[in-house]
Amino acid sequence: MIELEQVAYGYAGTPLFSQLSLDLAEGSFHFLTGPSGAGKTTLMRLCYADLQADRGEVRLFGQNTRALDRDGVAMMRRRIGVVHQDCQFLDHLSIAENIALPLTVAGRADEVAGNLNELLDWVGLRAQANQLPPELSGGERQRAALARAVIMSPDVILADEPTGNVDWEMSQRLLTLLAELNRMGKAILIATHDLNMIRTVKGDVNARVLRLKDGELTHAGAEL
Amino acid sequence: MKIDLQALRDLVVGDAQADRSIPPTGITARLTVFVSAAMATLAVFALALSLSAGRVADRWSEELAQAATLRLPASPIQADAMLSAAINVLDTTPGIASVHVLTAEEQRALLEPWFGADLPVETLPIPQLIEIVTDDEYDQAGLQARLEAEVPGAVLDDHTRWREPLIAAASRLRAMGAVVLLLIGAAVAAMITLAVQASLAANQRVIAVLRLVGATDIYIARAFVRRFTLRAIVGAVAGAFVGLIAVMLLPNGDVAGGFLTGLGFAGAQWLWPIVIPPLSGLVAFFATRTAALSRLKEQT
Repeated sequence: MIELEQVAYGYAGTPLFSQLSLDLAEGSFHFLTGPSGAGKTTLMRLCYADLQADRGEVRLFGQNTRALDRDGVAMMRRRIGVVHQDCQFLDHLSIAENIALPLTVAGRADEVAGNLNELLDWVGLRAQANQLPPELSGGERQRAALARAVIMSPDVILADEPTGNVDWEMSQRLLTLLAELNRMGKAILIATHDLNMIRTVKGDVNARVLRLKDGELTHAGAEL
Repeated sequence: MKIDLQALRDLVVGDAQADRSIPPTGITARLTVFVSAAMATLAVFALALSLSAGRVADRWSEELAQAATLRLPASPIQADAMLSAAINVLDTTPGIASVHVLTAEEQRALLEPWFGADLPVETLPIPQLIEIVTDDEYDQAGLQARLEAEVPGAVLDDHTRWREPLIAAASRLRAMGAVVLLLIGAAVAAMITLAVQASLAANQRVIAVLRLVGATDIYIARAFVRRFTLRAIVGAVAGAFVGLIAVMLLPNGDVAGGFLTGLGFAGAQWLWPIVIPPLSGLVAFFATRTAALSRLKEQT
């Protein structure tokens, strides 16, 4: 679904990585670990065409991102759900409207009624549906971001430090939600530096751990 | 310029959700409405100027093109004989529709602005004036030749000497009005472009969120286009109304048809200002769309 082949990327002439390859297949579950500044967020951004590789090839659903025009990138993003650590919302819209945003943007507003309540129940935000994003706690915002990321039923979910701002209990709940999605066939990539969190998922999913360090992406040993 | 019918349809039908995705802005909205209103008022004035100038040019052109004046020399002894000879020439010349010999009272009225009301015209050697109205068969050169032969000293004036510069001036005034209208349209487009760019810069975070969830440029641009176009139309409606009221309050043109007193609209011309709001909307539509799409492209 998402393939990176011999990808190089750097900032201001300083290479971050030079020959990085990755294949996120259908139904796969990957953790991406590594020290701060190793390039985890950059790698995630390459995966949803927010950045273009300096060299090498990034293919989203078989299409080289270099060949995609701006509308093409937008269409690809409708198939990829993204969750950030500092999840951004449209603060003037209610949480329900924010979660439904991908559908309305895609011109599928008529599907909102059928999906939204079910999704709000799934992430436990039914009571907060009409609140504005600034009125929500960090954990509630993370769950809302996850709901927004999956409302289009994307093929891939990329989560960059999704549990960074929440307590342990909430992080477990978020991971459980992501594991549920994986069982539904979605490919999941979670960037995190929290190894304890990775260990707790053991047994729930068949996840692989990737380690990004010094520009190299390696398998971090055993399957979980 | 290629007109995007789908974009125009979206503008009319609207997409409430797309509109709502961009937060409302206070000062930009008010400034856009105000500037659009001010420009629409100026556009009404420019339109009035242009149409008035056009009317004057047309009137002078039509009325004076078929008129001429024959001036007989001031000669108390031969006055009657010359008048008789001139009338005879005019009566027997093809293309003369009518002839009117100005009376002493009419000649006094012509001189009154310069010499006062009590001028004793009868005692002064004043040339006799004859107004001539011509038709399509009129041969000015032929008449001139006959008059030279039969009424020596008579001067035939077909008004060309002073009519042409006046018509040219009125035509230039009309063109100037059109240029002013174009400049106003360009100013509206420039103002809208600046406002849109400011609004896009202020909403960068919102745009980033929209992009993240798969919004295309046209979806994002549409919210701005609809918003700024509607503001421009609302402002232009108010401005055009104010302009119309102001023009209505100008003094009416009198029989003399003085240009300045006749500034305004006549008859169906009063309908012309109705086109200003939709035109403002059209200018705003294309300005916003171009600015938004161009800026969104730069932001990636």
